[in-house]
Amino acid sequence: MNTTRGFTGRARTARPGLPPGQYDAGDDWPVLSAEVTPDLTPADWTFRVGGLVAEPRTWDWADAHRMPASAYEGDIHCVTGWSKFGVRFAGVSLDAFLAAAGPLPSATHAVAYAHTGYTANLPLADLTGGRAWIVWEYDGRPLTPEHGGPARLVVPHLYFWKSVKWVAGLELLDHDEPGFWERNGYHPRGNPFEEQRYSGD
Amino acid sequence: MTETATHTTTAFTPPTRFAVPGRIEVAGEVAARWQPATLTEIRRETPRASTFRLAVPGWAGHLPGQHLMLRLTAEDGYTAQRHYSLASAPDDSGHVELTLDHVADGEVSGWFHRVARPGDRVEVRGPLSGFFAWPGDRPALLLGAGSGVVPLMSMVRHHRARRLSVPLRMLVSARGPEDLIYARELGPETTPVFTRTAPAGTPVGRLAAAHLAPLLSEPPAGGWEAYVCGSNSFAEHASRLLVAAGQPVDRIRIERFG
Ligand SMILES: Cc1cc2nc3c(=O)[nH]c(=O)nc-3n(C[C@H](O)[C@H](O)[C@H](O)COP(=O)(O)OP(=O)(O)OC[C@H]3O[C@@H](n4cnc5c(N)ncnc54)[C@H](O)[C@@H]3O)c2cc1C
Repeated sequence: MNTTRGFTGRARTARPGLPPGQYDAGDDWPVLSAEVTPDLTPADWTFRVGGLVAEPRTWDWADAHRMPASAYEGDIHCVTGWSKFGVRFAGVSLDAFLAAAGPLPSATHAVAYAHTGYTANLPLADLTGGRAWIVWEYDGRPLTPEHGGPARLVVPHLYFWKSVKWVAGLELLDHDEPGFWERNGYHPRGNPFEEQRYSGD
Repeated sequence: MTETATHTTTAFTPPTRFAVPGRIEVAGEVAARWQPATLTEIRRETPRASTFRLAVPGWAGHLPGQHLMLRLTAEDGYTAQRHYSLASAPDDSGHVELTLDHVADGEVSGWFHRVARPGDRVEVRGPLSGFFAWPGDRPALLLGAGSGVVPLMSMVRHHRARRLSVPLRMLVSARGPEDLIYARELGPETTPVFTRTAPAGTPVGRLAAAHLAPLLSEPPAGGWEAYVCGSNSFAEHASRLLVAAGQPVDRIRIERFG
């Protein structure tokens, strides 16, 4: 072990649920995006599920709001080191959108993409079974543009770069295809509890 | 047969091509390895910021704009890790330099500013991220605030060290002259913007459209590649000004320090 002389660090809170190498950001919610925050109104927003599906489907703002409401209440973890506990997002479970489009048996992965063209790749198994949402509310209020509003993907069990802001769609594939950060040296899956930050971790 | 040959679908391209593609490929193996680094020198830049020079024998080299991850380890095995931009230009000295703001109660920056002295050992991994890198090819318009000037300074230093002729201009925002990091090193390529106090004759105020207008009304051939770095509020403000001044969104790269 390479100990650092004179470094004691903060009091060990041992907060249950804090993944290795992460710290509790408390009330802060840092913003990290590589592009200019787009001017995207609810009227401009659409969400498409395509690729290896029985029937490609596109929802607009009103269509999406007619889907069964679903919320996520829990923790989120950013690869830059902060975690945020007990956040509340409201929207629709991704399972509902996927069920409507009907993934083909050959579909194993997906690329989630934004209205800005940002992409992130995910195994389909990480997007199903009540573990992923399309959300438009944070803490009871409309999601702000810098945090991905009008609507973003939320996949809370993976590092948050997978939770594509300004989400525009999901393309189902029969193979894994790296997204934006994944091509820039980040881990293909990004599980915070296994500290999969960079490719090779 | 290679794995790609078995794919039945072609590579997926989203309907909107990502505005800002990465500039360089990043070597995953290099980024994955923690390496020992020894502090060799500390230089004060401002009352709140100092530069820390580290000897990293296994450093693979970097491009201006990239960052590394730094880890401190306590006696009981507890670790704290943070990202820091590389301030030094790429060279073959076996050293890199970081410039850290002293964040109030900051776990890692607090150790650097209060405890660290030459000879101390820490660990680093990197260089990381090819997105904010500037290989020195395209005309560069750099907008930074506070410690957001750090990765931009690496670009300015690289431009000088290599005597590059490609246009490069930097606008840096600081509260006052005493808070301007690298003040002694800034040259005619740089325009400081002071938000609270300024030397006599220099206006006080935020970065504004008027600062950008002369640069964007007559962009160099091929246009500017804009690099914006600082707090999120500065990044939002500066990137909006750029868009309003006509800079294409797909030529704006933003690094937010959170
Ligand atoms: C890509 C990137 C590049 C960066 N480059 C630079 C750079 O070049 N220079 C630079 O100075 N910074 C840079 N940063 C910021 C840097 O990574 C750190 O966030 C910064 O140094 C603060 O870390 P710290 O450990 O000192 O403070 P932290 O301990 O993280 O504290 C930050 C703030 O949060 C509060 N806080 C956090 N956790 C707790 C807790 N558990 N209990 C109480 N309070 C808490 C602190 O009081 C403080 O106000 C960069 C960030 C990114 C993402």
